[in-house]
Amino acid sequence: MHHTIVIGLETHVQLLTKSKLFCGCVNRFNPENPNTQTCPVCLGLPGSLPVMNREAFLLSVKTGLALNCDISQFTKWDRKQYYYPDLPKAYQISQYDLPFSHDGFLEAEVEGQGVKRVGIIRAHLEEDAGKNMHDETGGGRDSHVDLNRCGTPLLEIVTEPDLRSAAEAKAYLDELKLLLNYLGVSDCNMQEGSLRCDANINLHIHGDDGSKIATPIVEVKNLNSFRGVEQAIDYEANRQLEIYEETGRKLGDPGVHKETRGWDANRSVTFGQRSKEEASDYRYLPDPDLVPITLTADEIDEIRQALCEFPADRRRRFSEAFELSAYDVSVIVNQGAEFANYFETVAAECGDGKQAANWCTQDVQRELNERSVAIGEFPIGAVALGTLLAKVVANEITTKSAREVFAELLESEAIEPTAALAQIDQIIEERGLAIVSDTGELEGVVETVLAGNQKIADDFRSGKQGAIGPLIGQVMREVKGADAKVVRQMLIEKIGK
Amino acid sequence: MSIVGSTTEELLGQLASGDVSCVELTSAYLDQIAARDPEVQAFLRYDRDDALRQAERIDAKRQSGQPLGKLAGLPVAVKDNMCTKGQPTTCASRMLEDFVPPYDAHVVTRLKEADAVLMGRANLDEFAMGSSTENSAFQVTRNPHNAEFAPGGSSGGSAAAVGAGMTPLALGSDTGGSIRQPASFCGVVGMKPTYGRVSRYGLVAFASSLDQIGPLAGDVTGTARLLEVIAGHDARDSTCVDLPVPEYTQSLNEPLSGLTIGIAAEHFAEGLDPEVESTVRSALDVYTSLGATVKEISLPHSRYAVATYYVVAPCEASSNLARYDGVHYGFRAESFENMIDMYATTRGEGFGDEVKRRIMVGTYALSAGYYDAYYLKALKVRRLIREDFDRAFADVDVIASPVTPTPAFKIGSLVDDPLAMYLQDLYTLSANLAGIPGISIPAGTSSGGLPIGLQLLAPAFEEERLLRAARMFEQESE
Amino acid sequence: MDRQQVEKTALLARLKLSESEVVKFTDQLTGLLDYVAILNEIDTDDVEPMAHAVEVSNVLRDDEPVASLARDDALSNAPKTDGVYFLVPPILTEG
Repeated sequence: MHHTIVIGLETHVQLLTKSKLFCGCVNRFNPENPNTQTCPVCLGLPGSLPVMNREAFLLSVKTGLALNCDISQFTKWDRKQYYYPDLPKAYQISQYDLPFSHDGFLEAEVEGQGVKRVGIIRAHLEEDAGKNMHDETGGGRDSHVDLNRCGTPLLEIVTEPDLRSAAEAKAYLDELKLLLNYLGVSDCNMQEGSLRCDANINLHIHGDDGSKIATPIVEVKNLNSFRGVEQAIDYEANRQLEIYEETGRKLGDPGVHKETRGWDANRSVTFGQRSKEEASDYRYLPDPDLVPITLTADEIDEIRQALCEFPADRRRRFSEAFELSAYDVSVIVNQGAEFANYFETVAAECGDGKQAANWCTQDVQRELNERSVAIGEFPIGAVALGTLLAKVVANEITTKSAREVFAELLESEAIEPTAALAQIDQIIEERGLAIVSDTGELEGVVETVLAGNQKIADDFRSGKQGAIGPLIGQVMREVKGADAKVVRQMLIEKIGK
Repeated sequence: MSIVGSTTEELLGQLASGDVSCVELTSAYLDQIAARDPEVQAFLRYDRDDALRQAERIDAKRQSGQPLGKLAGLPVAVKDNMCTKGQPTTCASRMLEDFVPPYDAHVVTRLKEADAVLMGRANLDEFAMGSSTENSAFQVTRNPHNAEFAPGGSSGGSAAAVGAGMTPLALGSDTGGSIRQPASFCGVVGMKPTYGRVSRYGLVAFASSLDQIGPLAGDVTGTARLLEVIAGHDARDSTCVDLPVPEYTQSLNEPLSGLTIGIAAEHFAEGLDPEVESTVRSALDVYTSLGATVKEISLPHSRYAVATYYVVAPCEASSNLARYDGVHYGFRAESFENMIDMYATTRGEGFGDEVKRRIMVGTYALSAGYYDAYYLKALKVRRLIREDFDRAFADVDVIASPVTPTPAFKIGSLVDDPLAMYLQDLYTLSANLAGIPGISIPAGTSSGGLPIGLQLLAPAFEEERLLRAARMFEQESE
Repeated sequence: MDRQQVEKTALLARLKLSESEVVKFTDQLTGLLDYVAILNEIDTDDVEPMAHAVEVSNVLRDDEPVASLARDDALSNAPKTDGVYFLVPPILTEG
């Protein structure tokens, strides 16, 4: 007997619009000033009416297209009804039977496993609720309600139950997050709740006789980190297996319903939530206050044409254009669109993809990590770095010298691109970093050094290859811009004579 | 010439000529309210000082030569389900007894811009659910023609206020006949515009796909003038249509030549009071004498209108009224056990019988397993009702019918029989389901001295035709 | 519609009904639903449902923020607040 874990994910993504989905209140994470971003519409005051935000709809369609979905030419809005204090109208405006997109897929690279295609059942647009804060002390005090977030646009993306492990779920979420970053649809900031996840999990138990049994489906709600998703999947797989072995209960048995469980991130366990079966029934109905949206095939095509390059396409293009390894390409592209754009400019400026990749993934990345900043705030612009690296590629300065210049540029805070170029030349000049190609000058120094170190020259002649090192060092100290390889060659020739 | 009892055009003339000031005019109506409203109970609230302050401002504006709006100085009563910033808007419900909106409804903004004097807040059936204004949590409004009789509803306060001469103009809302039926009972003109003609922004929703705000006045011209002010596009209501608004008062007195009036056998079937029938038939004779042609049409699905309406409206209402849960505004019960109990107790105590009944029907009809059988079915029949009208209007310009099966009924006579009360709306609610405009105009008086109205219906956005047709009849009966 | 359905519906609708209301509504709602059953006389298989009274589509607004209400105004109608948040009875969570 063995088992397979079957997982489907529902991901909620907050859209990067300026205003809320149905009103002009600003769409901004702002828990410090509760209830300052509301109006009659998002407070659900009697008499108020919703009007759809065009940008929110456009961002949604873009995402649907990027997820290879069919875009509906007719879509409408429905009310999903339930009572909760963070939902002032007591219904959420969402999409029920006619979502704006359906039947797509997303491909994600799973480590050690290759590319996994994950089916997308649908993506739909809805409004977010506000936030409840409960008395955690157990003192039974009133709960607090903040409606700043209420009515902000939320995209719900639902996968087929195609995922088979925590690693696959993680790979899918990473790729989804990256795609949304490239599209500029969401900042996917999990700390601020702009990306939240529910996981539907069950097991397929395969008997040795070829039989297959499915365990009851469990929905784990409100996973707010990718780590949490992975842990919850593994935890549930073990828990469900134990329960199955104990009870034999399976999907389809009488009285077996989908169970909703919460995730306790502190204890890394799922926990049963009180079933409200009797008290809830979403009673969807078409929202009479909102009218449908229709799109022609041409309009959908127009949006498609204007889409940015997706991460998968960019990986392909980078690996071909810059002759990079799949690993290097992934490291660059997976940093996000801004980083990939930075790399591309550096590579174009210096004309050497490998050189650009090394610098971006090592020197630049290290500095970003140390400073905890995004590439947008990095003091050295892409053109400046590209120009610097071009000098290395053209053999005008050494890699070591380039690092010196890089270090000095880092010290000077964000400067104008043209000023940066001038500064690069200035540093090279001041420190005498230009490679000395005048062999006459070099020959003189080499001869002087040899003359003062006959013992070492003899050791070398007698086969001690390592003996030459200190001589190279001496020459280099005399001539800053000298190329170590040239010096070494020259010393060997002179000693041999 | 006395102020109370004058038409809106006469009043505007007197104000413009300086024969009366807005303060004098407003005072006259306030005196009339003081005299009549203790009996009629049309107003939930009015504030004499506030009304006079508004009137003073308008007089000052006129004296300084500033341009004035289309209602310059005319009092308007507003049904208490349209939000007014800083003033209570109760929907005649305990649930909203202390609710003070932080914003103005679109129509209220329009009234202010037109220099109207906001006279006070008219009584209604709680959340506009009812046909008698007996469902108000605060008071029962009486028919100004006979205090033992109901004024109709739900805009009973608005119709009674106009009928009793306490205001020349009023705003009502009409979800299944709630302007036309009380207008008919109180002997005034009342119009439900096309769905989408007037912004619903700030109208507390009952059934969003049926609700429409409309004017009530003593005559057709006043009705047309008030409609001109409130109609037109508002970007805050997605269902408010962006079409130009004709100057209804300009064309009003031009008779419609070659007018074809449709009458449907379904509107003259069993249950129709003989006096109402003969009044409507006499009205048709008037039209014929003016050169109009009367043509038989068929509205085969009209017999399903009440059933359709009493699924669609409660379903939407159950959703619209879910928000009254004691959390963010409105009433909250004092004692409860937990969160769910707080909701249930608050709503159980805050809503009256009829509202609860409709919430129950709507909740049931939308619940798992019943949606298709009730709500979806009703939405499909709704389309068939609409298509009946489309076919009929291919042959006729307007449709004439009774407004209600009987003249006003006695207060208390139908409260315990919801279905009989619902059948009051038999002739009016098809227009809400189909989204078309309808008007009720006084056409006669019963032997008991109660007014009887005539209803005219027109295709969507043909309010101008409707008003001109109504004016033809009114002119002839003057 | 039987008593049990009335009670279940009242729970869904969050309406606390008195015993006399349960009895009255069971009777009245049954009568109304019986009346509504006449809709079943009509064949509606090929009819599109009509949820809106006007057939308009694509009403969208520009993504431009406008001023929100001051907090005091947002909270002004609430039954219970601490001046910053809306307050509700404790919501039970487990975990």
